[in-house]
Amino acid sequence: MPSLPPIRPEDEACAQKARDHGAFDAPVEDHQRALFDYLLRLGDDSLILGQRLSEWCGHAPSVEVDLSLANMALDLIGQATFFLGYAGEVEGEGRDGDALAFHRDVLDFRNCWLVEQPNGDFAQTMARQFLFSTWQKMLFDRLAGSRDEQIAAIAAKAVKEVAYHQELAAEWVIRLGDGTDESRRRLADGLGWMWRFVPELFDADRVDAEMAARGIGAETAAFREDYDRRVRAVLAEATIEPPADQRPILGGRRGHHSEHLGHMLCTMQFLPRTYPDALW
Amino acid sequence: MVRTGTAVVQDESFRSSRAKSRGAGTDSEQRPSTQSILSDAAGGVEGLGTNEDGVWQVLHSVPDPEIPVLSIVDLGIVRSVSTDRVTITPTYTGCPATQVIERDIRDALDAAGYRQVRIETVLAPPWTTDWITPEGRARLHAYGIAPPLAAGQRTPACPQCGSVETREISRFGSTPCKALWRCLACAEPFDLFKCH
Repeated sequence: MPSLPPIRPEDEACAQKARDHGAFDAPVEDHQRALFDYLLRLGDDSLILGQRLSEWCGHAPSVEVDLSLANMALDLIGQATFFLGYAGEVEGEGRDGDALAFHRDVLDFRNCWLVEQPNGDFAQTMARQFLFSTWQKMLFDRLAGSRDEQIAAIAAKAVKEVAYHQELAAEWVIRLGDGTDESRRRLADGLGWMWRFVPELFDADRVDAEMAARGIGAETAAFREDYDRRVRAVLAEATIEPPADQRPILGGRRGHHSEHLGHMLCTMQFLPRTYPDALW
Repeated sequence: MVRTGTAVVQDESFRSSRAKSRGAGTDSEQRPSTQSILSDAAGGVEGLGTNEDGVWQVLHSVPDPEIPVLSIVDLGIVRSVSTDRVTITPTYTGCPATQVIERDIRDALDAAGYRQVRIETVLAPPWTTDWITPEGRARLHAYGIAPPLAAGQRTPACPQCGSVETREISRFGSTPCKALWRCLACAEPFDLFKCH
């Protein structure tokens, strides 16, 4: 278990000052820090899930599935490139998207727990994708109207692709759930694994609240009901009972992660850390 | 707008080599506009290096790295051109060709003497397949890729035999922009450029 990062007093102070409409009166650097953090969350979700999906490359059950997983991975890494590149600009300390992706340690990552979960079998991967992409689609639909032009542009561009991810994952959930006894059992197990990480997607802290209040971010609570309805409708079609609610696991947005993330970063970051001057 | 001969020559060689490998080269694939494009180009070269038309000419000569039969202008990713700036927009968020395209444009501009022209990337408004030019759609079809479905069109026409009795095999194809389809009439698989 890694030690937890301290909550710094300046973070607290920044979050206090930047509340609601008073946010506009907050010093520019406070605003930038909150925006930076928010962009890391968006970018890290995409980066980590993109990396996870790319682990399937060459291993998927059929060539079509291999292509679709690799394509989704590409889309997600594309999103991460934009969000993290912008985060680097906002931070203003000379770090670019690559520096943020490859030269941060596990405790500095701000992704949710859901995306870092291991692939497991194909059903578990699809359960994760379905739960995440359904959420991401609803989030990006709203971010496309962000007051931050850059976030709005990235979301408006990416949402078209995320709509595909959501559809594809839902189709697989239905096919696996309403398939053979084995596919059904595997999907139920996959959903059972992933279910406890869903509440974190809707758990807003001060950064989320500030971003929403300024019209930059989106209030996730606003689409919680839509999300639940959509998930239940797909599970009903898959003839699968939603898993019982479990104790939610939170903390990814503060840098608390499962042991899986560090192992994944070892693989992902090995090359640029070992050969910092390497170029494509 | 003036086009260079280079782009056309490239298209032709790609198209014919592919047609040969499929054994499907026919006169019906010939684009009627080829001659007029070539003659336009002959008159346009003099302006090279002096104005926006010259920059457009260079851009017309830059092929898409994944689908070299299309120029980046055909693809609709060039948003604006001025004497000191070219603005482009990526197709798909994760398209690995995006960086290659930017480098290819840089090389082509430099080679034509446009070193002062900067390249800028914008995301908004997001690219859509509606921006693929009619010429681009025709070239895709001739190359063996069904162009994006037009409004009201339910299935793509098979680029080999023209039948509309076609079926999707996989929504994701060999590149992010393509889906894999199969013709039920001639049984050949083909790529469909997805609506986006």
